[in-house]
Amino acid sequence: MRAFFQSDLWWSFTRSPVTVASAIVAFICIAGAVLAPVLAPHNPFDLASLQLMDAFKPPVWGSEGDATYPLGTDDQGRDMLSAIMYGARVSLLVGFCAVIFSTTLGVALGLLAGYLGGKVDAVLMRIADIQLTFPSILVALLVDGVVRAALPRETHDQIALFVVIFAIGISNWPQFARTVRGSTLVERNKEYVQAARVIGLPSLKIMAQHVLPNVMSPVLVIATLNLGFAILAEATLSFLGVGVPPTQPSLGTLIRIGNDFLFSGEWWITIFPGVALIIMVLSVNLLGDWLRDALNPKLR
Amino acid sequence: MFSFIVSRLLQALPVMLVVSFISFAMFAYVGDPVAIMLGQDFTEAQRQALITDLGLDKPFFVQFLSFLGNAAQGEFGLSYRLSRPVAELIAERAPATLELALCAAIVALAVGVPMGVYTGLYRNSWLSRFFLTFSLVGVSLPTFLIGILLILTFSVWLGWLPSFGRGDVVRLGWWSTGFLTWGGLKALILPAITLGLFQLTLIMRLVRSEMMEVLRTDYIKFARARGLPNRAVHFGHALKNTLVPVITIAGLQLGAIIAFAIVTETVFQWPGMGLLFIQSVGSADIPVMAAYLMMIALVFVTINLVVDLLYYAVDPRLRIGRGKGH
Amino acid sequence: MMRRMMLAAAMLLGLGMAADALAQARVVRWAASGDPNTLDPHSQNVGTVSMVLRQIYDPLIARNQRLGLEPGLALSWTQVEPNRWRFVLRQGVKFHEGEDFSAEDVVFSITRALAPTSNFGIFVDTIERAEAVDRFTVDIVTKTVDPILPNKLASIFMVSKGWSERHNATRPQNTRQREEMHTVRNTNGTGAFRMTAREPDVRTVLSRNPDWWGWREAGNVGNVTEIQFRPIASDATRVAALLSGEVDFVLDPPIQDLNRLRNAPNTRVVEGPEVRTLFIAMDTFRDELLYSDVRGRNPLRDLRVRQALYHAIDIAAIQRTIMRGQSVPTGTLFPEQVQGFVREEDVRLPFDAARARALLAEAGYPKGFEITLDCSNNRYVNDEQICQAIAAMWARVGVRTRLNSMPIAPFFAKIQRDDTSIFMLGWGVPTLDGLYSFQSLLATRNGAQGDGIWNHGRYSNPQMDALVQRMKTQQGAERQAAMREALRLYREDVPHIPLHHQVVPWAMRSNIQMPHMANNEPQFRWAVVN
Repeated sequence: MRAFFQSDLWWSFTRSPVTVASAIVAFICIAGAVLAPVLAPHNPFDLASLQLMDAFKPPVWGSEGDATYPLGTDDQGRDMLSAIMYGARVSLLVGFCAVIFSTTLGVALGLLAGYLGGKVDAVLMRIADIQLTFPSILVALLVDGVVRAALPRETHDQIALFVVIFAIGISNWPQFARTVRGSTLVERNKEYVQAARVIGLPSLKIMAQHVLPNVMSPVLVIATLNLGFAILAEATLSFLGVGVPPTQPSLGTLIRIGNDFLFSGEWWITIFPGVALIIMVLSVNLLGDWLRDALNPKLR
Repeated sequence: MFSFIVSRLLQALPVMLVVSFISFAMFAYVGDPVAIMLGQDFTEAQRQALITDLGLDKPFFVQFLSFLGNAAQGEFGLSYRLSRPVAELIAERAPATLELALCAAIVALAVGVPMGVYTGLYRNSWLSRFFLTFSLVGVSLPTFLIGILLILTFSVWLGWLPSFGRGDVVRLGWWSTGFLTWGGLKALILPAITLGLFQLTLIMRLVRSEMMEVLRTDYIKFARARGLPNRAVHFGHALKNTLVPVITIAGLQLGAIIAFAIVTETVFQWPGMGLLFIQSVGSADIPVMAAYLMMIALVFVTINLVVDLLYYAVDPRLRIGRGKGH
Repeated sequence: MMRRMMLAAAMLLGLGMAADALAQARVVRWAASGDPNTLDPHSQNVGTVSMVLRQIYDPLIARNQRLGLEPGLALSWTQVEPNRWRFVLRQGVKFHEGEDFSAEDVVFSITRALAPTSNFGIFVDTIERAEAVDRFTVDIVTKTVDPILPNKLASIFMVSKGWSERHNATRPQNTRQREEMHTVRNTNGTGAFRMTAREPDVRTVLSRNPDWWGWREAGNVGNVTEIQFRPIASDATRVAALLSGEVDFVLDPPIQDLNRLRNAPNTRVVEGPEVRTLFIAMDTFRDELLYSDVRGRNPLRDLRVRQALYHAIDIAAIQRTIMRGQSVPTGTLFPEQVQGFVREEDVRLPFDAARARALLAEAGYPKGFEITLDCSNNRYVNDEQICQAIAAMWARVGVRTRLNSMPIAPFFAKIQRDDTSIFMLGWGVPTLDGLYSFQSLLATRNGAQGDGIWNHGRYSNPQMDALVQRMKTQQGAERQAAMREALRLYREDVPHIPLHHQVVPWAMRSNIQMPHMANNEPQFRWAVVN
């Protein structure tokens, strides 16, 4: 730990007030989302607790505001603050899981391709190439559609979350694979790997224990930048109506619903989820940006 | 050269096959065209007759094979929703999407490249920081929100620009263009900005990092040492060298623009292929959806092929492992 | 030189004409969320099609601004024998492409609507044949006595026999044929407007037909010279376009934006009831529900459970918040514009959560049960939100409700397979006669045309079936008594939980005057643009 605080990374972190601020904001977002069941004033998923007569209450500072609903209520009488906290939870869950999924897949395949080379490399990289030419949102739409079509409608809601995670995750692995492959190609010829090979360690062990740790830092950068993308992709899918089910609204779903109230005067239903999403993605992107610059000494 | 082209074409073929299978399978079970075509009043006999006539009672693979055979001839059948040949519908909508995509690409390049050059040259200036923050905000905003906000500002509040549609279009043979009328051009502005914004930030960041890398190279240092003016160094040497990857990425991004047009066209009611696609999803219009996806795939495969060939022409060494990806 | 002069003259002429047209042009730019999917007059019985075709085609019998029957292409009609109606036609009427309108066109049109490819079966189901008596007299022979034939004929448009034959369109468009039919994109009516341009999903232009017979009739003071119809699917965009002055008339403004449209300086909203009723229908047929945790029995077959679900709904709250006042809560099957309506039967079971819980306990479900509510999310005004609210209200009395909402296409497909336990539906009555609802929604499905075709809860009650048979054949007071009896049975047996009649608002620029129509079909012949 102490080593970390003395590292260049920490030093560069403390030198950038924007980064510190975005780290704090990101932390608040994540904490609020993770602890939503504890912190949120209401449980928006508990149908029996909704009071339709409380619908369309403005935020607490509005003339008809109600202290029990700090950010107002939506068309069903759902507390906006709670809905946003729970929604951010879903968005973050999808974002993190999708990134972990594509990182794992991409790193594994990249390592294999770079370390083994030859035919494995050619085939894997060709697939990655092809997939890279398709915009990831379209890949996500396709995968989402196929899985939905293949499974009976009744099970959709239960597995919708996994489908979205899978769709977004699968659309992003090539970036990781390419980067890892590139670094592996370099590492493979270094002496420590050659030495490990000479003493007869199995390839898998060399890859996992020796090569992997040395190719991880660019992966970290891409993963951070991808988190923002994954959250936005989920929002877009939900906006197009093929994302998470409305019974478990994410920020994207909330924005889609809020869109209907753009001109109606109930601005809080539209604005707050959008602002929450932008703040969350922006802070994550700022962190990723800083991380990239900090880990890439060439740019300093 | 010839064998290279052939091998690339052979690689494209399975891609098309897979996409066509997916595009067919994807919607085979979603929605029920029969229910939509029959409307509110019908008898069971009418329903059965329709199912038989549409071939929906045949096994899945028989349906798929007949679909494939027809697709190869550009024959996608009749749209369930509009009772018109699908190929005709898509041809009718293609100009709208392509003009929009072109304008979005122009916006992205015309604004993104200068911003990228500037931020690359003056890394720590106040304006550069602003540009970078702006680009981050741009990346962090979902496309649909940008579109709605633009409509709210420029159509409803200010009343300057139209909020939907293509405005006045002029027909040139089978192509319809919005470039020739004032109304058509005005209608292009908001959707093009909405669609181009994401690519704009992408290109800006790409140019910036390429510039920064090129400026560090020896020959730039050498050029400076020779006493060439900054202007000549920056634009004659540095920018020129960053343009190859930028153009490649921009080319590849053209596909992304066409795909993202789905969202933009929905927000602006832009009568292009993306809107056609979304409307078809709503009414389970399988022929249109399948044709759209296959056409998009064809566009991507073509773009990819062209980019590959260009690379090949420029530098044969790059045949495997294309330069910088993104 | 000569050519140049002629060109100049032509240009001048053109300019002059353009200026003239500008002075008199009264263009209405009309937007709605959906576009007609065909223009064939006898192919698709859906609102998005008929709202456009009604500007172009005339029926024999028209409807006035209050939906009463009035002469259209027929000047008079009489029931000369129980099974024979005689129609005296208007003379001197021409189709848009110049053909004269005569009895043979009527015979042809009725026959065309009777074809198997027609979707208008329910309007002509009793017709045996049509016969031309002379050039301007037509007889329609029915299989059984049909007292409401004139109401039904108000939905059948008249087409030209010669034109249809010339263009190979003697039968309604058959969506199965692998060819495109002329009538899908072309029209030739006798109506007040003729179509001059058509780009599906983009734009449809209709121009005033100066030769329309109706312009000479009293009351037709409309001055619209051109209608430009554009579909705009997105709610927000449609409102934005009206606010920014890019369109003049919006057929279906989202209700949450009505206040803003009312208060905006250049727009106004007219509203009125629509003949469309939303209700919840239940599977009362199966022995075990498909989507519930109750095993071995079907709770919805128990009247007390149906009543409990009814008592649990706070319709006033739905009206106030979700519908923003744009609904008429009801306890019956159709609104008062429909023939057969009985005011005393329009009584709801009151909102009473305690009573609902008691009834559930009495029926043997003290802890409630689980059920899935199927619902459309793009068909009726705020349909998904209504279902969400109902799910919450049921949850509060212990019926744990899972909401399964989907677009209209998969939704209809699902309920038409009877693959549902409980669902929400909205039902319009184009004939303005109660039989249409009873026959389609509540009669036992028996394979006959029309009977029970939308009865997807498969409600079956011999009493109801007998009453429907009486409505089909009897007339006058006897028929009215059958309706009254059926409505009473509907209220007591609770095959549906009625919710409300829709109120449809239309939004327009302030310079347009237009009568509101309860069938939600604007008639631009009556529109005045200042």
